Amino acid sequence: MAEVAEKAVVEEKEPLFGSKERKLLTDPLNDNNPITVQVLGICSALAVTTLVSKAVVMSIAVVFVCAFANLFTSLLRNRIPKQVRMIVQLVIIATLVTVVELTLKAINYPIYKELSVFIGLIITNCIVMGRLEAFAMANRPWRSFLDGVGNGLGYGAILIIIAVIREFFGKGTIMDFGIIGAGSKFLINTETSWLFGWYAPNNLMVLFPSAMFVIAVIIWIQRSWNTKLVDIS
Amino acid sequence: MHSTRYIFTFVLIMTSLVALVLALLSTGLKDIHKKNEAIFNKRAILSTVMKEEASTFEDDKIADVFNQKVKQYAINASGEIVDDAAVQAAGYKGGKAENIDMKKEVKKPVENQLMPLYVYENNGEKNYIVTVRGKGLWDEIWGNIALKSDLNTIVGVSFDHTGETPGLGAEIKDNPNFPKSFENEKIYNDEGEFVSVKVIKGGADPADQHGVDGITGATVTCDGVTAMMYKSIAKYEPYFQKIKGENSKPLGN
Repeated sequence: MAEVAEKAVVEEKEPLFGSKERKLLTDPLNDNNPITVQVLGICSALAVTTLVSKAVVMSIAVVFVCAFANLFTSLLRNRIPKQVRMIVQLVIIATLVTVVELTLKAINYPIYKELSVFIGLIITNCIVMGRLEAFAMANRPWRSFLDGVGNGLGYGAILIIIAVIREFFGKGTIMDFGIIGAGSKFLINTETSWLFGWYAPNNLMVLFPSAMFVIAVIIWIQRSWNTKLVDIS
Repeated sequence: MHSTRYIFTFVLIMTSLVALVLALLSTGLKDIHKKNEAIFNKRAILSTVMKEEASTFEDDKIADVFNQKVKQYAINASGEIVDDAAVQAAGYKGGKAENIDMKKEVKKPVENQLMPLYVYENNGEKNYIVTVRGKGLWDEIWGNIALKSDLNTIVGVSFDHTGETPGLGAEIKDNPNFPKSFENEKIYNDEGEFVSVKVIKGGADPADQHGVDGITGATVTCDGVTAMMYKSIAKYEPYFQKIKGENSKPLGN
């Protein structure tokens, strides 16, 4: 009985969208961004950011997996035996990733083919596992869910920024919409334009090292503007 | 601390539940997956002859165009066209060439293998599209090779793979210039001997009609493509010789 009463008291302090809940959503977007601050999930940030469409699908998948893995882990947190908690977390993540994979295969086969290895690799994405261990095992379901959404969005935001930069400078398109390049499908056709005739797409941006440079520049910009992230030591 | 019995029960219940959910989802979506896969393959086959045009078609259009312009045959190792019943006997319910699963076929002894052959007809011009399959660095690679009616000149190719390294081996599919470099290469030399097309490390001589430039950093995958082209096209050789013999002049003229 005492336990029930205690819970009721705590729940009163946990509104649906209080300042703490909002912080859970916004913190990973900037102050505690999984990619630029925690430097997690870098491998997929390199691999799936050649095209904006790929980055968007990948972001949606990670938001989904992160949010629901956090939710389910949090719901089960008092029942999961401590000795096997890592394995249980992995089973939850792997299940959700498989659900995403099967669904994507049914909805958009070409994108599934493009992403397939990396969708599977969400299982080993450090962000998901990290949030389960650090947050969901010790917090209530609703907050855990928000934390998952927040971290997924923080990851996705950086992914999409990198992808926009890489696709635009590498291919001259954004979401396959031609902006600048040689050919009639582009808004500014460099073959006929007198002003942009000198322009050529930068092939380096299509290759993986460019993602590393872009991430580094994003980290640089973020830290010069958000000075509390600068490591004083 | 939980007891061992609790841990086992928990894990057992959890894994059974997860297995049940995933099995249901997988069976439920199976038909859609199969349909998507078939359209994807048809698009890849059409892209060897229609090039970029094939990627602009809607899914339904792909099936239509394929049905209208492509005739499919299943061929056995001695170069004979086999009927639907033989394809069904090999375990493919649909009985058509497109139902043949090359992944299973390449594991059989060569003399028992069935190969799909697609004949694309447009404005009286015939293109023969053969399917190739082999090994890359990490996993399987495969593709479709379209030949002109002389059964010698390559019109176009498309490649695909399961797990080649993105940016290196995966370039056989991702870099449009690689399939393009196969166009107008020849699979027979001047003496009429089958030589296939080789992917050459360090770059091929532009005058060489049987060699294309390799991809830097993807030597094993490129060697895989060379081996796949040679082995798989060679399996169609008996059939090619047969139709060449039947018509003293090249087919389709």
